[in-house]
Amino acid sequence: MENETETNASDGDATGDATGVSGSTDGAEPVTFSWRGIRAGLVTCVPVAFGVAGYGVAFGVLANQVGLSVAEAALMSALVVAGASQIVAVELWADPIPIAAIVVTTFAINLRYSLMGAALQPWFKRLSASKAYGSLFFMADENWALTMRDFRAGNRRGAFLLGSGIAIWTFWVASTVVGALAGETIGDPAQYGVDFVLAAVFLALAAELWEGRSSLAPWMASLGTAVIAAEALPGRWYILLGGLAAAVVEVIRHDR
Amino acid sequence: MIGDGALSLEPIVVAVVLAMAVVTYATKTGGLWLLNRIEASERLEAALSVLPGAIVIAVLGPELAAGGPAEWGAGVLVVAVMWRTESILLALCTGVVSVVLLRGLL
Repeated sequence: MENETETNASDGDATGDATGVSGSTDGAEPVTFSWRGIRAGLVTCVPVAFGVAGYGVAFGVLANQVGLSVAEAALMSALVVAGASQIVAVELWADPIPIAAIVVTTFAINLRYSLMGAALQPWFKRLSASKAYGSLFFMADENWALTMRDFRAGNRRGAFLLGSGIAIWTFWVASTVVGALAGETIGDPAQYGVDFVLAAVFLALAAELWEGRSSLAPWMASLGTAVIAAEALPGRWYILLGGLAAAVVEVIRHDR
Repeated sequence: MIGDGALSLEPIVVAVVLAMAVVTYATKTGGLWLLNRIEASERLEAALSVLPGAIVIAVLGPELAAGGPAEWGAGVLVVAVMWRTESILLALCTGVVSVVLLRGLL
C-alpha cells in the first residue's frame, strides 16, 4: 500500500522505512513533511473514514432534528471537526441556544485532545510551527491513533496526521450533509447500527495498540478510572482521567 | 422546520459554531504548545507512551459498560476479526452488521 523505499526528491531525506531498527524513537533523523506523507496518511485512513462517515450521518440526522439547517450542520463539521462534542452540542441545543453550556461542554469533551497532541510531541517538535499547528486542526480520535501507530512503527512522516486528517475531514463534512439532507427519512440511526461505529473503530484500534503484558497495568488503570468517572462526573471527563490514571501507573512502573 | 432553507445561516448559530471551533482548536494545540515549552523528562515520556492505548480504553470502557449482550458480542467479533485480518474496514463492517443482528435476536 505504501511505497516507502522510493527516494523522494522533494524532501531529500530517506524516509523512515529502516528507522525501526535504530533502537530509538527519538533519533537524530529529521521528521519529513512531504506529499508522500500526506498520501500515506490519506490512503491508510480512508477505510476508517468510512466508519467516521457513518457517525457523520448520525450527527447530520440529529442536527436536522434540532432545527439546524444543512449549511449550519456542515459549517460545524468543517470548523469544529470533533464528532463527540458536536453530537453532544446538538443534544444540548434548544431555543434559546444555551451558548455557555454548549461552549463549556465542548471544551470539556475535547480536552482529551490536549493529551493526544502531547503524545505527538516527540515527532511534532521537529516540524515548523505552521506545519505542526496546521496539522492539529485536522486531528480527530481516529486519525490521531493511526498517526501514533505510524510513528511508533518507526516512520517519520510528519505529514501523516494531515493526510489522514484530510480523509477524515472530507468524509465527515460530506456525511454530515447527507445526514442533514436525509434526516427526516432516515429515522433512528440505532436501527442501522450506526451508533456502534465509534465503539467498533476504537475496539479495532485497541486490538492493534495492544503491546502484550506491558499494556495490561496501564490499561486496567484507565478502564477502572474511566468506568467509575463516567458514573460520577458529567461530560467526558472520564476520558481525560482514564488517560491520566494510566500515565501515573506507567510512571510508577518506570521508577521502579 | 421544513420551510427553513437548507442553506440558511443564522448569525447566532454561526457565532456558536465559531466559539466551539475556537475552544476545540485550543484543546487540540494546547498539549503540544505546553510540551514545547517545558523539558520533557524520561518519566514524562514514559507517561506519554501509554496514552494512545489508555485513551482508547477510557473511551471504550463506559461505552461498552452501558451496552448489553448485543454490543458485547459484537465487540468480541470486532476484536477477533481485527486480530485475524488486521483490516479495520472488515472489522468495522462485522461490528455494525453483527450488532444489528444481535439486537434483533437478543
